[in-house]
Amino acid sequence: MPDLTERHSPVPETHHTTRDDAMAALPRDPVFVTDKLNVYYGDFHAVTDVDLSFGKNEITALIGPSGCGKSTVLRCLNRMNDLIPTARVAGTVSYHGLDIYGERVDPIEVRRRIGMVFQKPNPFPKSIYDNVAYGPRVTGMKVENMDDLVESALTGAALWDEVKDKLKQNANGLSGGQQQRLCIARAIATMPDVVLMDEPCSALDPIATLKIEELMAELRNNYTIIIVTHNMQQAARVSDRTAFFSVQQKSETGDRTGALVEYDLTTKIFESPADRRTEDYISGRFG
Amino acid sequence: MASSTADSPAGLSLEPQSRRVGEKAIVAWLFLAALAAVLITIAIVVALLEPAAEFFRFVSVTEFFSTARWTPTQADPEFGVLRLLAGTGAAVLYSCIIALPAGLGAAIYMNEYASFRVRQVLKPLLEILEGIPTVVYGFFAVAFVAPLMKDNWWTWLPGQLGEEPGTQFILAAGVVLGIMIIPTVASVSQDAMAAIPRGLREAAYGLGSTRMQVATRVVVPGALSGIVASFVLGLSRAIGETIVVLLAAGAMANLSILPNDPVFTMTAFIGRTSTGEIAYGTTTYYSIFAVGALLFVVTLVVNLISIALVRKFREVYE
Ligand SMILES: Nc1ncnc2c1ncn2[C@@H]1O[C@H](COP(=O)(O)OP(=O)(O)O)[C@@H](O)[C@H]1O
Ligand SMILES: [Mg+2]
Repeated sequence: MPDLTERHSPVPETHHTTRDDAMAALPRDPVFVTDKLNVYYGDFHAVTDVDLSFGKNEITALIGPSGCGKSTVLRCLNRMNDLIPTARVAGTVSYHGLDIYGERVDPIEVRRRIGMVFQKPNPFPKSIYDNVAYGPRVTGMKVENMDDLVESALTGAALWDEVKDKLKQNANGLSGGQQQRLCIARAIATMPDVVLMDEPCSALDPIATLKIEELMAELRNNYTIIIVTHNMQQAARVSDRTAFFSVQQKSETGDRTGALVEYDLTTKIFESPADRRTEDYISGRFG
Repeated sequence: MASSTADSPAGLSLEPQSRRVGEKAIVAWLFLAALAAVLITIAIVVALLEPAAEFFRFVSVTEFFSTARWTPTQADPEFGVLRLLAGTGAAVLYSCIIALPAGLGAAIYMNEYASFRVRQVLKPLLEILEGIPTVVYGFFAVAFVAPLMKDNWWTWLPGQLGEEPGTQFILAAGVVLGIMIIPTVASVSQDAMAAIPRGLREAAYGLGSTRMQVATRVVVPGALSGIVASFVLGLSRAIGETIVVLLAAGAMANLSILPNDPVFTMTAFIGRTSTGEIAYGTTTYYSIFAVGALLFVVTLVVNLISIALVRKFREVYE
């Protein structure tokens, strides 16, 4: 996948041979930095010591086998885990230098800046228009012309042409792929800084998937995107950097827990992974 | 038959492998149970309509609805049912003013704000409250609520609305009816709210909604049909409740919705008159059934209105 580097790598080619080579693995302008992030569900230690940084206007993919904590890590980034009563987070997640788990942080303010798209398309059972306008309305955004905002969000999500004549129709009438793009439109209507996507294509057919992938490449110009995917080809196609997680035994107790194995440029992960486990996984030799 | 033609492999049969007698018996039993429910309903209606029709041979329908007074037990009885209808309306009105917002509020609290533990305690508590016999509420009204209101009549808001009431008055009945149906409204509403798919709530939170916004913009619209059902259930219970209104609102057929007046409701009339000494076959005797039939119609209308409302306003999630 050499074209991937040309299209997406934020690091100019020349850096590959310089001393910066080791540095290039980490984004220079991170939006998020996690430090010793640990998440527990009750007594269960779901992820252990995740140190990651996510670059601005980059697409970062989180990959790994089911149950390794990809969704859990993603949901820490906009404090969605707060909705799960048993979930507990330790360590720090700093967003532009602010700890989003800090004492005086309002999770609602966090979520207003960090949008999310879920695995199963979840439009509200309202009109297409009201779905897109929902975020701006609840957040009290100052909107001069809601119609324009709805149009630009739908255009941004590559859905406008398909729905412009039926904005008042119920969103449930759309196909799965259209619903998912509507959810993306809804997420970007609040003009977030980051868009988190948790397996956004896993409920979609290949054509709808392709559309969403093309859309992600578009969105990357304006947003920072972090995507969980269990589809390695997808990670290879769309992302700039890839973090590989896996399930490991804790050395002290032998309990299973999710951990970050390797984090690097996507090309590096897929062409010359440093860790044996990564290599096994991406080559399909994972047991 | 055609299935056992020559080219099908030996031993392949797609015909039923057993006669499934047990399943058939169960289906028959279920059918009979459903049939019994329908037949009993029809029997009730017939048993009610026959004597009610008898009543209307003595008193015309127009007379029933236009006469000003309700004095069925006097020497020259008059049957103006509007008095009873208004009495029921008044008591139910106050009960709804209390129970609908309180019940809905309790449901929203339980569903959106209460911690898991608190909900684990509150929900069964509500269900126990639902099961308290209504005579207990009647006693609660007479022994506690009515005297409390009466004694403090001048020191709180209703005092501005009129004279100190006697021992029986609309507000006491309405408040206790309201308290009685709060658990029904809260519990049924919360069941409907809990059925909202997690994905919708996550979507709403993910867009930066506050809890209140999630409740009012996503959960309540999505659960609307269940919420309306809870209102109708509560309303029907309030309309049909007898002992509370008889004890707390009295037996004076006033045409009033003022909180301090006593009124006579349809159910209170039925309950009181059918336990008193009335001669079989008199117009008064038959009037019990006429009022009963009217009660039936009122409940039916409430249900129909609610169905229409739900059709118009609900948001259907997948
Ligand atoms: N709400 C929850 N309560 C308890 N355990 C959970 C919950 N969500 C996830 N887990 C557990 O945490 C681990 C990581 O889950 P998740 O982050 O969903 O994995 P992935 O997205 O990589 O498949 C799994 O073992 C899963 O069973
Ligand atoms: Mg997941």
